[in-house]
Amino acid sequence: MFDSLSEKLGGVFSKLRGKGSLSENDVMAVSREIRIALLEADVALPVVKDFIAQIKDKAVGQDVIRGVNPAQQVIKIVHDELVNMLGSEADELKFSSPPSVYLMVGLQGSGKTTSTAKIARMLSEKQKKKVLMASLDVYRPAAQEQLAQLGEQTGVATLDIVEGQKPVDITKRALDTARKEGYDLVMLDTAGRLSIDETMMDEVKAVKKASNPIETLLVADAMTGQDAVQTATAFDEAVGLSGIMLTRVDGDARGGAAMSMKAVTGKPIKLIGVGEKWDEIETFHPDRIAGRILGMGDVVSLVEKAVETVDAEDAQKMAAKFKKGQFDYNDLLTQMQQMSKMGGMGTMMKMMPGLSGMQDKIAEAGLDDSFVKRQEAIIFSMTKEEREKPDLLNAKRKKRIAAGSGTSVQDINKLAKQLKQMQTMMKKMRKMGTGKMMGMMKDLMGGKADEMEMMAQSMDPDALAKDMADIQGSGGALGPNPFAQGGGLPGLGGLGGPDLGSLPTHGGKKKDRKKKKKR
Amino acid sequence: MVFWRKKKNAKEQEEQEREDKIVHPPGEPAIEPSIDEDDPKLDPETEHELEENGSEIIEDLDETPVPKHTAQDDTKEHEDLSDHSEEGGWLSRLTTGLSKSTNKFTQGLTDLVTKKKLDQDMLDELEELLIAADLGPKTAMKVVEDFSQGRFGKDISQEEVQEALADSIAAILKPVALPFNIQKPDNGPFVILMCGVNGAGKTTTIGKLAQNFKDQYGYKVMMAAGDTFRAAAVEQLEVWSKRTNSTLIKKDVGADAASVAFEAYAKAKEEGADVLLIDTAGRLQNKANLMEELAKIIRVLKKQDESLPHEVVLVLDSTTGQNAFSQLETFKEMVHVSGLVVTKLDGSAKGGVLIGLADQFGVPVYAVGVGEAVNDLQPFEPQHYARSLVGLSG
Repeated sequence: MFDSLSEKLGGVFSKLRGKGSLSENDVMAVSREIRIALLEADVALPVVKDFIAQIKDKAVGQDVIRGVNPAQQVIKIVHDELVNMLGSEADELKFSSPPSVYLMVGLQGSGKTTSTAKIARMLSEKQKKKVLMASLDVYRPAAQEQLAQLGEQTGVATLDIVEGQKPVDITKRALDTARKEGYDLVMLDTAGRLSIDETMMDEVKAVKKASNPIETLLVADAMTGQDAVQTATAFDEAVGLSGIMLTRVDGDARGGAAMSMKAVTGKPIKLIGVGEKWDEIETFHPDRIAGRILGMGDVVSLVEKAVETVDAEDAQKMAAKFKKGQFDYNDLLTQMQQMSKMGGMGTMMKMMPGLSGMQDKIAEAGLDDSFVKRQEAIIFSMTKEEREKPDLLNAKRKKRIAAGSGTSVQDINKLAKQLKQMQTMMKKMRKMGTGKMMGMMKDLMGGKADEMEMMAQSMDPDALAKDMADIQGSGGALGPNPFAQGGGLPGLGGLGGPDLGSLPTHGGKKKDRKKKKKR
Repeated sequence: MVFWRKKKNAKEQEEQEREDKIVHPPGEPAIEPSIDEDDPKLDPETEHELEENGSEIIEDLDETPVPKHTAQDDTKEHEDLSDHSEEGGWLSRLTTGLSKSTNKFTQGLTDLVTKKKLDQDMLDELEELLIAADLGPKTAMKVVEDFSQGRFGKDISQEEVQEALADSIAAILKPVALPFNIQKPDNGPFVILMCGVNGAGKTTTIGKLAQNFKDQYGYKVMMAAGDTFRAAAVEQLEVWSKRTNSTLIKKDVGADAASVAFEAYAKAKEEGADVLLIDTAGRLQNKANLMEELAKIIRVLKKQDESLPHEVVLVLDSTTGQNAFSQLETFKEMVHVSGLVVTKLDGSAKGGVLIGLADQFGVPVYAVGVGEAVNDLQPFEPQHYARSLVGLSG
C-alpha cells in the first residue's frame, strides 16, 4: 500500500543527475514526498514540519557523491536524521532507594496492565528485584482482577484488592506494604484516561504526588495516529513523564507515533512491547523503527521472525545442504511451509526493504499464497524418491503427479525449473558474501536496484551480525549460526527460492505471458 | 469539567471571529497589498487608519459587538452553554472532544483564507490539515480536489471553506452511516461476532450494545465469553452481563474460543434469546495464526447454521492512524467484517481515518463509542461529525 519513498524521490531527482551539489530547489522538490511518506507512517504534522526543516539544513549544499544518485543521498540523510532523533543514550530504567515506584499511565486500551506485568517480570527475573504490583484502575470492570491474575501467571506479587478504595488510598497502602515487607519496586498500574478528561488527569496527578515515582511511563500504542502529539504532551504536562513504552510494535503499523512522541516530549522510548507473551518486551532500537517509518522494510525483524519460526535442526540441516549445493523438493517444501508460518508472502514482502511496493505486482502475476498452496500440492503428490532426487521426473511421472495434485504438466515443469534456479542460486551464494548477494537480488528485481544498494550500504553487516548474535544468545538452542553461509539473511533463502526466483520468469518470457492471460 | 472547557473554547472562538470581522470585514479587499514595498514608512499610518476604519465599520453593523464581558453575561452564557451540552448529549461530548483539536484546525483555516485567493499553496496546506486529522494522504487529496472544483483562483471566506469541506466529508460518510439491522431468524438468535485488535474496546462495546438492544427493542440478549486468552477478560464481560441483565455463557480460561461460540449458540437457541453477542480475544491483524483462529470460530458456527454469524463487527479505536486500513483490509478478508463500531471518540483523537475507510471499503459504521458508561454508544451521524471535524457547530 505504501510506495517506497526512494521510488518517488528517484522520479523527482531524475533531472538532477550530473549536478555538483544539492541546491535548495532540489531539496525543496523532494521535501513534499518525504513529508507525505512520514505522514503516511502516522508521524504528526508539526513534527514532520520541523523534521523537514532540519533535513533542508543538512542536505542543501551537500556535494552529490559520484556514483550515488541524489535520491539515495537524501534518503540516507533522512534515515540518519530520523535515527538521530529517535535515538538516545542507553536509557535504562532507574531505581531509587527502595521502594522505587513506577507509575504507568496512558489512554484506555493502550496496554498498561500487560506492560506492567511484563516489566515487573523482567525486573524480577533479570535484576532479581522484589516487585509489588498494584492496580489503581477502579473503573474498568475486572481491571484489578486482571492484574491479580497476571501476578499469578508471572509469579509477581500483587497488592490485595480492597473493594471501594480510591486510587490515592490504594497507592498509600501499596507503599506501606512495600516498606513493611521489603519490596524493591512498586508498580502502579493506573486506569486508562483521556488526556482531555480533567477530573481523571487530576486524579493521576494526585497519585503521582502521593507516590513520588522514579519512573513515570506513558504506555502508548504503536498504531496511534496524529493524536500521539496531543496525548503525549498532555500526559507530560500533567504528570511529567520519564519515558515511553511503545506497545504492539509486533503489529504492522509503521510506528510514526514513536517519532511524534519523542519529538514533542523529548522523553526517551525506553521499552517496546512485541507480543502477548511475558518475555516479549525489548529495548528500543531507533534504527529499526526509522527504517519502518520510511517504508524501507525491517530486515532485522524479518530475521528475528525467521529465527523464531525456523526449527533450529531444520535450519542446520538445510545449511549443510546449501553448502553442498544440494537442494531437493523436500527442502523447497520446508521453505514454503516456513514461509506460510511466518505470515505468508505478503507479510514477508512488506518487511523486505524495497519489496513493499511489489505486492501488487506479485498479486498480478498470480503469485499469491494460493500459488504456494498449489506448489505444495504438487510436491505432496510426488513419491519419496522423487522428492529426494528431482532428476527422476520424466514425462510419465509428471503426468501422474499432475493428475494427483490437480495441476498440469506445465505447472510441474515450472516447479522443476524453479528448483533448478534455487540450486544454482545456492551454489552461487556459497561463493559470495552479502554485498554480492544484494547485487544478485538487484538483478532479479530490475528497477529496485537503487534501494537495495542503499540498504546494503546503510545496513552495517557487523551490526546485523551482532543483532543476529543477540538473538541467538537469547535463543540459545541454535548453536553456531546456521545462517552464516547465507550472509546472515535466512529469509532471503526462503524468499529467493519459490518467489523471487520465479519472478523474472513471469511476464519475462513469451510463454509465460500467454499463461498469465489465461488466468 | 469538560463542559467548562467547551465554554472557554466557544468563547475564545467567538471572540476570535469577532476580532477577525473587525480587522478584516468580509468584502473588504485585501488590506496588506495596499502597503507598498517601496514605502515602508507608511506602515504606522496605515495601521492607524485601519483602526479608525474598524470602529467606523462597527458603527455600521446592525449587531453591536461586545468587546468586554460583564460578569452577568458570563453567567448567562455559561448557563446557555451548559444547557446546550446537556441537551446535545453525545453530540456535544463529541464536539467537545473534537473542539480542542478543531481549534487548531480552524486556526489553520483562518490563516489560510485571510491570506489570499485559493491557490495551490493553500490547497496543499488544506490537504495537510486534513492529514493532521488522520484522514490519510489519499483521502485528504480527494477531499481537497472535490473542494477546489470551481473555486480555484477565487476569493473564498473561511466559512465557505469549512462548509464545503464538511459537505465533501459528509458525502463520503453518508453511505456508511447505517444502524444495526437486526433481523432475528425464526430458528435462533441473531448472532453478532465482535472482533478487533487488542485494546480497541470490544468487551465494553458488547456491554453497551446489550443495553442498547434491551432498551430500544426489548431484546433478550446473551453474551458469549470468547476471549479465553486475556487475563480477567471473562470476569470483565461478566460484570457487563450483570449490569445489563444478560445471560453469559463462559468456559474456563484457555478453552477453545470456537467451542464457546458453538455452545453459546446452542444455548441461546434453546433459551430463545433474540441476540447473541460473541466476544473474542484481541488480535493484531498480521498474526496469521490468530486470524486463522478467528476464521475457525466462524467455520464452527456455520456447522450449526450456514447463515451464522449474521454480523461480524470490527471494533476500531479512533486513536488509530493509518494502520486502520490494514486492520479493516485483513479482518475483512479473513472474516468478512460486515460493520464497524468506532470507539473512544470522546477523546482528542478525531478518527479521521474513518473517512478514508468509508471511501475505500464502504463498510457500514453501526455506532460510535463516546464514553465509558453503559449508555455511551450512539448512532453515527456523518453530517454532525463532518461539521465538528472542520470546526462548525451542529
